Amino acid sequence: MELMDPSHEQQLVSSKPADRISNLEGAVIGLISNGKENTVPFFDRVESILRNEYGVSEVVRRIKKNYSAPAEVELMQEAMGWDAVLSGVGD
Amino acid sequence: MNLTSSRISTTDFAAAQEFYHSNGWTDGLPIIPPTPELVSASLGWALLPPEHLVGIEPVRERSITAEKLAVNAVMAGCLPEHFPLVVTAFTAMLQPQFLLHGATASTGGCAVLLIVNGPIRRELEMVATFNALGNTDRASAAVGRAIRLGLINLLDVRPGGIDRSTLGHPGKFSYCLAEDEENSPWPSLAEERLGESDVSAVTAVAAMAPRQIMNEWTSEPEQICDTISAEIRANQLHYSIWAGNYVVVLPTQLRQHFSDAGWSKADIQKCVFDRARVRRGSWNQVGKGSVVKDRADREYLAMETPEDLMIVAAGGPAGGFAQIIPPWLGTKSRATTVAVGACVDCEVP
Repeated sequence: MELMDPSHEQQLVSSKPADRISNLEGAVIGLISNGKENTVPFFDRVESILRNEYGVSEVVRRIKKNYSAPAEVELMQEAMGWDAVLSGVGD
Repeated sequence: MNLTSSRISTTDFAAAQEFYHSNGWTDGLPIIPPTPELVSASLGWALLPPEHLVGIEPVRERSITAEKLAVNAVMAGCLPEHFPLVVTAFTAMLQPQFLLHGATASTGGCAVLLIVNGPIRRELEMVATFNALGNTDRASAAVGRAIRLGLINLLDVRPGGIDRSTLGHPGKFSYCLAEDEENSPWPSLAEERLGESDVSAVTAVAAMAPRQIMNEWTSEPEQICDTISAEIRANQLHYSIWAGNYVVVLPTQLRQHFSDAGWSKADIQKCVFDRARVRRGSWNQVGKGSVVKDRADREYLAMETPEDLMIVAAGGPAGGFAQIIPPWLGTKSRATTVAVGACVDCEVP
C-alpha cells in the first residue's frame, strides 16, 4: 500500500540564536513584555536583579501591542540597538 | 496529477495506522490511509492543482498547499466533495485577522469552529437540527476533523508543541456546524457577513467550548435575551472580560419566540449588546479582586458592536436551550467568513 506523507515537508528557514554576551556589566538589556498583568511584578524583579546584581547600565522596558502575535517591526528594529533582550515570558 | 509528497510503503491497513500514529500524524483516532488516488480525487473535485497555495501562516511563514491539505482531509475521512469546505476553512484561518498562530498556540485552548452556510450544506447532507453541535453527519464530522489534522501536520500544532493549551476542549477533535437556514426566519450568518444571498461559505471562529443555557419558561424576547446575556456576562467574569465575536446558537423553540414577536437578528443583537456588559468591580465577587485596582467602575462590553454577536440557527425542534460560544480572547482573533470557491489573494484579471 503506497501512502502519502501528511506533514509539511518544507525546508525550515535556517536561523540561529543571537550571539551570546559574555558580561552584563554596563550592558543595555531590553525586556519585552507580552503585556499581561503578571509580567509587571515579574519583570520588576528581573530588572532589579539585572541592575543590582549584574550591573547593567540600562534596562529598556517595552510591551508588545498584541500578546498573541510577534513583536511589531518597530520594536524589533529598536531591539537591534540593545545588547540583549528577554522576551516570551510572563503569563 | 503531479503529487510531490513523500511516499510511504506499508503492508496493510493496520500497519498504516501504527505508522501514522507513531509519527504523531493523527489525533489519536484511526485515519483513512491517504493513497495518491484518494488525494488526487479530492484535488480533482475542487479543481485545484496540487501546488495551489491555499495560504501562508504569517508567523512561521509556513505555506499551505492544496496537496498537503488534501492528504490531511483524506486522513480525516473527507470525501472528495467535502474538500472544498476544508480549503475554504483554511483560507479563512490564514487571513491575518484570524491570528491562527496565536489562537492555536495559546494556553487558552480554543478550537477552530466552522459555521457552514449556503447550498453546499444540502449537497453534503449536513445536518443542522438534532444534536447540531454533537456528532451529526459525515461531512460535519470529517471536515471539522480535517482542520485539526491539518493544524497538527502542517503547522505542528501538537499538544506540548505549538499547541500550549492548558486544557483545550473537545471541539478540537471536530467543531463544525451547519446553519439551519431552511427553518430559520432570518438571513443566514454568511448572508449577513458577506452581503450576498444563497452563497456557500465558511465562517471560522477561534472559539471556546459551548456554554448551554435554558429558558423554557417565557416567550418574551427580552427575557430570552436576559438569559443569553447573563451567560455572556458570566463568561466575561469567569473567563475573559474582553469584547469579541460571541456565537449564539438558537434552536427552533427559542427562534419561534423571537419570530412570533417580529424580531430580526439585528433586534436580538441590539438587545444582547445592551445587556452583555460588566463592571470590572464585579471581579470582586468571583475571586479576581486583586486586579480590580482603581478601575472598579470601568464598564466592559462583551461585543464591540451588536454585529459582533453572531446568531446561528441550529438545533432540534424541541427544547428551550441555546448555546453561547465565547471567543478565544476578545478581538485578538476575528471571525472570518470566506465564500466557497473564493480566491482571497488572487489578482483581479
